[in-house]
Amino acid sequence: MTRYISSTINHCILLIGLLIMIVPVWIIFASSTHSSLFINTNGLQFFLGDNFIENYSRVLFKKSGFFNEITALKMFFNSFIMATGIATLSVITSLMAAYGLVYFKIKYATILFWLIFMTLLVPLELRIMPSYIVMSKLNLVNTFAGLILPISASAIATFFFRQFYKSIPDELLEAAKLDGTSSWRFFIDFLVPLSKTMIAAVFIFMFVFGYNQYLWPLIMTTSEQYWTVVMGLKTMYGSISDRFAFVIMSMIPPVVIIVFLQKLFIQGIFQNK
Amino acid sequence: MKKVQFKSYYSQYFFLAPQLLILLIFLYWPIIQTFKDAFTMQDAFGFGSQFAGFDNFLFVFSDPSYFTAFKFTIIYSFVITLITGSIGLLLAVQANKVLHGKNVYKTLLIWPYAIAPAVVGVMANYFFSERYGLLHHLFNNLWGFNWYEDVFDAYIYVIIAGSWKQISANFIFFLAGLQAIQKTVIEASIIDCKSNIRRFWTITFPLLMPTTFFLIIINITYAFFDTFGIIDTTTIGAPGSETKTLVYKAYIDGFKGLDLGSAGAQSIMMMIIVLFITIFQFRYIEGKIHYN
Repeated sequence: MTRYISSTINHCILLIGLLIMIVPVWIIFASSTHSSLFINTNGLQFFLGDNFIENYSRVLFKKSGFFNEITALKMFFNSFIMATGIATLSVITSLMAAYGLVYFKIKYATILFWLIFMTLLVPLELRIMPSYIVMSKLNLVNTFAGLILPISASAIATFFFRQFYKSIPDELLEAAKLDGTSSWRFFIDFLVPLSKTMIAAVFIFMFVFGYNQYLWPLIMTTSEQYWTVVMGLKTMYGSISDRFAFVIMSMIPPVVIIVFLQKLFIQGIFQNK
Repeated sequence: MKKVQFKSYYSQYFFLAPQLLILLIFLYWPIIQTFKDAFTMQDAFGFGSQFAGFDNFLFVFSDPSYFTAFKFTIIYSFVITLITGSIGLLLAVQANKVLHGKNVYKTLLIWPYAIAPAVVGVMANYFFSERYGLLHHLFNNLWGFNWYEDVFDAYIYVIIAGSWKQISANFIFFLAGLQAIQKTVIEASIIDCKSNIRRFWTITFPLLMPTTFFLIIINITYAFFDTFGIIDTTTIGAPGSETKTLVYKAYIDGFKGLDLGSAGAQSIMMMIIVLFITIFQFRYIEGKIHYN
């Protein structure tokens, strides 16, 4: 009997937790399916209205922004390029750098190690102005390279891969060396296939991280053609239901990725612990 | 490092080069620039600059709004860590106990983790707006809520906005931590100790210490840096400068106020704070908690 009571309490607490997480987003979603006029007179809504298709297609295809030059669709396209670029670049460079650090005898290993990992102490937010100045010196303002490169300059992924490599038994390399495998072959034929789960996890992590960038695109894009979704949220003008619809759409890509790939993501992160 | 390694004259540098190149250009160059800015004084028209020693730092220290930002950042990190940590732990413990629907709960609790802080801020904006806001109405009926004049109310606003999605992160890591505890340990403790609550605090919670500690650092880092998007889309620092975090203030002074010297000095102060947190993490606490 007490078991039933305690299990009921467990479920109740979890349900309250679920409500806290779901209700706010549901209210915005439900409100996004009403007309602006209705929202303005009646406030936020809990039940669905019948302007869903009308509102969402208007937001996706209508040009908005300061100078009415960009559609939400284009912002999604920009965000995807930025996020994919950041994820791809940081996976490739970190995978290689971690390999260099773990599997080679290097003369100045300690210095290199600190050169790479000190960067974890300096998030982009701390060097935002100088970064902007450097980017404008390099003529990278209003380019995808400008959006991608500074965000990829991070050692978090390298740290993950390094931990993972260290957990691989030494015997693997010993065996490979007996066979006379070169360092390149060992990397491509053994380590990359072994790291598949880690690569996927780091890719997902960096993709969501890149998609969710707010401050950097805000500073780096003076031309509306390069606006991304998350930064566009604040600057986009439109009626209230347009803005609700845009908020909901902006969440969809990262949330879908995390929900469907959560196993992979969590596995990859915890392989290290 | 590995006992067996490759020996080569150049291969290792080939592997390290792409990352090092990106770091040098897009990270070290701006960092060096930050230090340069911090120790130079620009004249009001931006024509010339001269070495200023520690003048920029003295200026920052003599600025009362810097201490306001400092105070707010400390309070904000502490409250967010406390709220999200305890709710995350509570939910994780329940989710670990239930026999049915564990995965459904898990999926439905972790998705807010993926939402950008700026998006959360824009959403919070609607709930706290005078016109539509449900929470605004609720709090207003309770005690007369007015966040753009009352500091306490503004705190409530940014704390709710800042905590919401971070509960998910705490939940994920606590649940993983709980699942990593060996079944035999739990079974043995059930024999020794009948009380669920006492068993939790004497056996389970100490075993969760590494996770707890890790999350404290994650939450502090989140409150320091990631909340930028939340502040910028909710209060923008109002009332006055009461809800500006240190990072937000450095951005406003540098980018909006064009005071590079002060912004540089503030960035360096932040780097020192982060450095201390990291050293504390590696040296002090990691040695004192026991792992299973």
